[in-house]
This record gives sequence, structure tokens and C-alpha cells, in this order.
Amino acid sequence: MENNVKRQLPDDVMKELNLKPFETSEIGHPEIQRTAPKVTATTGQNKIVESLEDVIKSTLKDGMTISFHHHFRNGDFAFNEVMDLIIKLGYKDLTLAPSSLTGVMNDKIIEAIKKGVITNITSSGMRGSLGDFVSHGGLKNPVIFRSHGNRARSIEDGEIKIDVAFLGVPISDPAGNANGQDGNAVFGSLGYALMDAQYADKVVLLTDNIVPYPNTPASIKQDQVDYVVKVDQIGDPDKIGSGATRFTKDPKELKIAQMVNQVIVNSPYFKDGFSFQTGSGGAALAVTRYLRQSMIDNDITASFAVGGITKPTIDLLEEGLVKKVMDVQDFDKGAALSMAQNRNQQEIDASWYADPHNKGAVVNNLDVSILSALQIDTDFNVNVMTGSDGVIRGAVGGHQDSAAGAKMTIITAPLVRGRNATVVPSVETVVTPGESIDVLVTERGIAVNPKRQDLIDAFSKVPGLTMLSIEDLQKMAEKQVGTPKPLEYTDRTVAIVEYRDGSVIDVIKEVKD
Amino acid sequence: MTYVKNRLRRTMMFVPGNNPAMIKDAGIYGADSIMLDLEDSVSLTEKDAARLLVYEAIKTVDFGGAEVVVRVNGQDTPYYDQDVKAMVKAGVDVIRLPKTESAEMIQKLVKDIEKWEDEFGIERGTIGVMAAIESAKGVLHAPEIAESSDLMMGLAVSGEDYTADMHTHRYPDGRELEFARNMVLQAARAAGVYAFDTVFSNMKDTEGFYRETNYIHELGYDGKSLVNPRQIEMVNKVFNPTKEEIEDAQNVQNAIREARAKGSGVISMNGKMVDKPVVEKANRVLETAKASHLIDEEGNYLGE
Repeated sequence: MENNVKRQLPDDVMKELNLKPFETSEIGHPEIQRTAPKVTATTGQNKIVESLEDVIKSTLKDGMTISFHHHFRNGDFAFNEVMDLIIKLGYKDLTLAPSSLTGVMNDKIIEAIKKGVITNITSSGMRGSLGDFVSHGGLKNPVIFRSHGNRARSIEDGEIKIDVAFLGVPISDPAGNANGQDGNAVFGSLGYALMDAQYADKVVLLTDNIVPYPNTPASIKQDQVDYVVKVDQIGDPDKIGSGATRFTKDPKELKIAQMVNQVIVNSPYFKDGFSFQTGSGGAALAVTRYLRQSMIDNDITASFAVGGITKPTIDLLEEGLVKKVMDVQDFDKGAALSMAQNRNQQEIDASWYADPHNKGAVVNNLDVSILSALQIDTDFNVNVMTGSDGVIRGAVGGHQDSAAGAKMTIITAPLVRGRNATVVPSVETVVTPGESIDVLVTERGIAVNPKRQDLIDAFSKVPGLTMLSIEDLQKMAEKQVGTPKPLEYTDRTVAIVEYRDGSVIDVIKEVKD
Repeated sequence: MTYVKNRLRRTMMFVPGNNPAMIKDAGIYGADSIMLDLEDSVSLTEKDAARLLVYEAIKTVDFGGAEVVVRVNGQDTPYYDQDVKAMVKAGVDVIRLPKTESAEMIQKLVKDIEKWEDEFGIERGTIGVMAAIESAKGVLHAPEIAESSDLMMGLAVSGEDYTADMHTHRYPDGRELEFARNMVLQAARAAGVYAFDTVFSNMKDTEGFYRETNYIHELGYDGKSLVNPRQIEMVNKVFNPTKEEIEDAQNVQNAIREARAKGSGVISMNGKMVDKPVVEKANRVLETAKASHLIDEEGNYLGE
């Protein structure tokens, strides 16, 4: 069958997994019956356990779903410690349902897949050797990629039923009151893990830092936690995020950032009390710098910034240019450390951030969202998941959610990367539908989605801002790098990309070598 | 591409001729001129590869309307002939000769260009030349170099080699370049060609860059050589006319229009006669203002 972004979806897989094709980014007002976790009642007196192995044995059975969070990123020690034991104990047929997967987990996951320990995965994304492994058919069942908002929705709706959540934290008390802000391996917001803590049947905290009761502020609360396991070291603080975020000196990124700022400043949304989301890439960080100056020059402050947060955004908060930061995760040490210091840096969970099936998520209050792309096509569909070789090397993240929620979504991308066009006739994998994208900014000029005539009118008067059609940009890119031979895939589906409402926006096929 | 003698040339951005990524994107930063370099930034082992790359780039890359200049290797090198041949065939706008010390060197370059133009069936005079003045000898011969050919586009001071030749080096206050800067500028103006100041390579010293650019702008230079695209905006800022200058220039143009409407050969403004240098200055001011988006097509002021 074909969905509304003209993607062919395999009937057998769709039927077997009972999936619906993507239709629209409009969510409407569905009535949802949420699920609730199974709770084993205790007085909470004996949660501390010395042996992680014992905890696994007493909670985990073959065929169950286990979860982790990715807030430690490449400084994560929790995942491999738990998976090592699970593999050693010979478990089979588990579903891995983390908030996302980072590079340090790759080898262990591949080992677990090869041994039949893990047979299903749902994640925001995957990169490196694991992406390569899956794209080459290493996992029998298709991976399901979900956005951060979609994961929250799926957990609430019961599509992801977490049996045991293993959650690493830098601090906890014996009862399980924990946060990500204190201790050694501090990562700031616990946003994604809060879903697991709330909805998993069993919640196992791992920490190297047990402090006297009660530990406050508590992000994960004692009423949610079954076990607290003491480990030697929960994470490497130096690998959680860059110590100090540096502004890019790449003139092309700066040029793009400057144009993004021109787009924002000349949009109808740039007025006192506006709100924005930026990513963590070089251009996105540079936008923060140009935007700061424009806000000062025009005497404008923002009511809030949301998303994955970096130090430059915290600097705006401290300067008073941004009133609040709605923080679902922190990309660098500066942002992570600041959470404990600044009460205007509000920790939010993934549902509050981006879930389409709740009573209103933060992304719906957003004016401007600045997102990146591996590819964007002439229908404005965006791929942030597969590379130009068709191999999985990205993550949905909050891309679909933020794009759907924001009043103006800006994609920043160089026209070409190396020998590959970024603006293409048709993306390899549709992750975010073009109907939720408003502006593309490249170094050669901007393109506005034709459905936004208001923005076309606003930007056509901006001196020095080159506005082209996205077809023109695509042709320019093609002129630079030529027309590549189409990639070759087998018929086998290795991954399914869901839209935030759980419908299928695209599938990823096994690459043929 | 064809050589245009008179155009806006505030910024001449150097791009190494062996760096495809930088060449590909050179046109996006709004430089008035882009100088693709086959000389100092290319090592001996890469001379042929860079020549080929620059040749293909001139034929295929969109340089965003910038003038394309190529710095060939010097006449004392075995690469010079092939460089000139390839650039003529590619159809470059301007060829820049390094280490120019005499009028004869430019005349040789022009002859060589003509030889290849004839060979490839290209009309003569479609490629301009410019001279890099990099030595004491070059500075002293600047007047004759500037007047050596009708195809002469301009002179550029090259501070690093010149100061070495003078037994000194670059200083922050620029006193070591005072004579060369003035001499080259006088020579260029007397011959009616363009004058370009040398590069300023310390990207961390923004204040120093502005100081130097303000200084050469005051002297009367047309533009500055640049090593980093980030400097383009800074140079343009210095060269931007003020609101008053723009209004004066518009008044001059109005006076010209009025005179034309009356069929009068004499242009007068506020009772005074307007002569040629004033008209040319007004044209330059408005051209710069337009390029910097300080006025729109109708001449409405857009600045702050």
C-alpha cells in the first residue's frame, strides 16, 4: 500500500504488525484509554540490592521488554553492565525499548542479537556499527523507530509495554528518589527516563552514589522504584557531552546560521514573548549567537526555549533574553550543571515535551523550530535517519514532534555534503512529512513551502535574502554533484519509521551490497 | 565570463586552488572578486592537479556573480606557461601575476594570453590582468606597471613578501608598509586602475582588522585582499557609504536627470557645476549602497 507521502509500504509487514499508513500530521482529538503499570506494593524499606544479577533474575523472563535511557550518551556504563549479565544468564527473545541508542551500546547489542537475546528493538535511532548491522539484515524482526513524543505516546497507549526499566542515575537515596543533576556523572534533565519510571512494571535504578533519605529534588520518585543497585561507576562524566560548547568557525555554517536568523527576525513570530527550539549542531548553535544579538537590538525577549539544551541557550537564560528553558535533555556539561542552579530551567518529561496524545505538549506552544536534515526533497519531506548509502545512521529524536508543533519549522542544511546532494528529488527515507516543514535554509538561498504564502510575502522583501524554489535548489545541488545511481535494496524490511501518531511514514529496506 | 574593467571590487577573497570544498562554496559569501590561487597555497607536488581543478571549477562552479581572478605561478617557474594556457581556455576574468617588478612582465603576460586566445579562437581582450607588487623593485616601478597595458585591471600590494624584501616584517601599526601602500595607490590612480590592499591574516584580531581596513579605506583603496570569508562582511561595513553620502549621490544623479530632461550639457547642483569626478564618485557610492542592500532598486534607504 501507499501512504500519503507516496511511500510504498509492504502489505505483509503492515498486516502482521497491524500498522496503519501515515495520512496526516493533524492529530485531531482522539480519546485515549491509557494503560497503567503493574505494581508490587512494598513499604520501600529494602530496595537496595548488592547484586545486579539477583535483580535481573528476579524480575526478568524470556520474551519481556526491557528499557534504558540515553541521557549518559557515550559516557554510559549502565547499559553494558546490565546487558553483559543478561547475555551471561542466557535470556532469549527480549525486546529492547530504550529512549535511544548511543555508540557505546552498539557492540553489546550486536552480540545480544547474534545470541538470540535481543530479537526486537524500538528506538529513536541508531548509528555506527549497529545501524550498519541492522541495515544489512542482522536483526530478523524490523526495528521500529519512534520519535521522542511517539515513544511517550506508545508507552502511555500500551504499544510499548515495558516490563523492566534499568535506569542509571548519578544520585539516589535508598528509597529511589533520584535526579540527573547531582553526583559525579551529571547529565541534567532525566526527561526521557521519566516515562519509563512512570510506566514500567519494574523499575531498577543503578547508581554509584547513594545518599541519605530523602534526596531532593527528586525527578524519579520513590513510589515508582522497585530496586536501587549500587554500581562502581555509573558513567564517564567527560563523555556525556562536550565540556564547553564552541561556536563553529566554519564560514558556511555561519552563513547558514546568519540566514536562519534573518528568516526568524523577518517572520511574523519575532516579537516579545516568542519561543524557539534549536538543535545542537554547529549551525544551530551559531543561530543562538546571531539571534541573541537580534533580540538585544530589537529589545525582544523569548518566553521560552525548549528541547535538547546547550550552554549557549543557558547563557541566554542567564542574560534574561530567554525567560524559561523547558529541558528534556542536556547536550553539554554547561547545560547539565546549570539545572541544579537555575529554577527557570524546568525539567520536562518526554510526554510533556512532545507527546501528540496528551492534553497539550510544549511543542504545540512553539513559535520557531530550527532542525537539521540528512536529506530534504522537493516535497519538503525530511530524512534524518538513513545516509546517502541507505544505511541507518540517525535518529528521529524530536524532529517530527517539533516540526508538527511549531508555527514555523526551519530546516538548515548545506546544499551538498561531500559528493552527495542534501536537497534531492526524493529522500531515501521520509521521517518528517513536508507538510510540517515551512522553510529550508541552505548556503545558496532559502526555499519556502508554497503552502506558506504568508512567509513568502514576508521574506520576499528582505534585502540580501535569496529566495528560490526548492526545485531550483535541488537542481543546483544536482549540478554540483551529478545524478547518483539509485540505491539497491532487497525486498526485506529491516526497519519501520513511525509517525508520531503511530502510523507508518516509511520503511527501511535491507541494503544490497 | 568576461572581464569588466569597472566594477565593484571591495573584497578579493583568496581561495586555495587545491581545495575543492572551498572552491565549490567560494561564491556564497558575497565577495566581489574571488582569487583562486595556483601559486603560494599550492605545494609543488600539487601544481598540475590544482591547475586542472581550477580549470574545471571556472567552467562549472557558480561563483554567485563574483569576478573570478586566478593567481598563476610566477614567470620564473616552469608552471607559468601551462597556468596561463589553462586559464585562458577556461575563460577566467582576470589573471593575476605574482612578483611583478616591471612593465615588461605584464606585457609578456598579455602577449601570452593573446597567443592562447588566438590558439583557442577566443576574442582578444576578454581577459584582464592584474599585478601583485611584492618587492621594493615592484613598488618603485608601480607607475609603469600600472600603465603597462590597456587590459590592466589593478595593482595589489602583497605585504608579506614585500616586508621580507625590505628586511622587516608586518607590524600591527603598518608603518613598514606606508611607502608601498601610498606608492601603489598613487600609481593605480594615475593610471586609472584599481588598488588592493594586502591580506590581514590574524582572524582573532578583529580590532586590528578594522583598524587596518579603515586606514586603507581612508587612503582611497578600492578594496582589500582577504583570506577568510568572515572578513567580507567587515570590509563591506567599512566601505559602506553613510546615509548622507547616499543622499548626496542621489542628488547628483537627480541633477544629471534634470539636465538631460532639459537637454542641457551642463549639470548643476545648488548653483554649482558638477564635474566628472563628482559624478563618478556618486555612481560608486550608489553602486556600493546597492550591493550592501543599503538602498533598494528604487533608491529608498534601507539602513538603520
